[in-house]
Amino acid sequence: MDKSETTIKTAVEQCATALADSSEESSTFFQGLKAGLPIAIGYLPIAVAFGLLARSAGLSLFIAVLMSLLVFAGASQFIAVNLIALGTQAWEIVLTTLVINLRHFLMSASLSQRLAVSLAKPWRSLLAFGITDETFTVASLQSQSILRGPFILGLNFIAYASWVLGSGLGVLLAGGLPASLQASMGITLYAMFIGLLVPSLRKGWPVVIVVVAAVVLQSVMNWVPALSALATGWKLVLSASLAAMLGAALYPQGVEN
Amino acid sequence: MNQTELILIVVFMAVVTYLPRMLPLVLLRDINMPPFLKTCLQFVPYAILGALIFPGALYSTGSIPTAIAGICGSALLAYLRLNLVIVVVGGILCAYLFGYTGT
Repeated sequence: MDKSETTIKTAVEQCATALADSSEESSTFFQGLKAGLPIAIGYLPIAVAFGLLARSAGLSLFIAVLMSLLVFAGASQFIAVNLIALGTQAWEIVLTTLVINLRHFLMSASLSQRLAVSLAKPWRSLLAFGITDETFTVASLQSQSILRGPFILGLNFIAYASWVLGSGLGVLLAGGLPASLQASMGITLYAMFIGLLVPSLRKGWPVVIVVVAAVVLQSVMNWVPALSALATGWKLVLSASLAAMLGAALYPQGVEN
Repeated sequence: MNQTELILIVVFMAVVTYLPRMLPLVLLRDINMPPFLKTCLQFVPYAILGALIFPGALYSTGSIPTAIAGICGSALLAYLRLNLVIVVVGGILCAYLFGYTGT
């Protein structure tokens, strides 16, 4: 078995242990890199898709990569590029981004309970930059109750590197791919969300009920004419917080049934 | 839109993305939240994923039938507990091949 095969095998195993409960203590930067490898692999096609989309919306390599470097938030970058292509006003794009990323507020609040109290504010400010749906999920599912700074830094770093490199690659590749394949790649981000969500549905009824509630609320807000005028991000935050509150009201014991 | 305006949009996007990530992590260091809020926070990732996927995924490829093919393909692969990379690539291929054969 050559080195690259070993790396891929490690990534697959790492993904399995990251999602299941690992009994091994993960605390170093290097362990963070290892835990983040599946995210990095998963981000690459999505980042490439982002680069393709940015290119087809007429954005330059510089702007696309700058956005990935500074913003590092998949869903809002895709939506922002769509809005830019539609000629939406700048303030509306920024406001939509804020509203979409308000969910990070909840993740950050949740993560704040898992870091050592002694971890200094500069460290916390640095780790905060790398919070995404995926890094948050992998970090949260670690078995130990206190998460170490270097571990999260490694996890975030490898995901970030993949996101930035992939975005640039996507812009450069854009000319070479057929239009029908480019359109099909619009599903990439959703396929990743589905890939993260479906295994979680096995956790039991509380998770299933909350997911169904969120889907129903989001569909109602999308398709009921009186509500569909709401900005995308508000719909998302409203649906998600109402569904989470419903879950907490029905199942005070939490996610584990 | 000109380059300067695009740079400004990106910089402001960066600021409004970073603040919600940073403020709770830095400010909630010593605060113990009430149990109901903690339980809500536990459910938040799943609620967000559900609301992100549907109905948004239907409009992700520019054609609802190919999007449905992609959604079903990736959901099936995820249900079989395959690796995330396979789920993503499989979803793209389902949408692409369905569009290819359908037209």
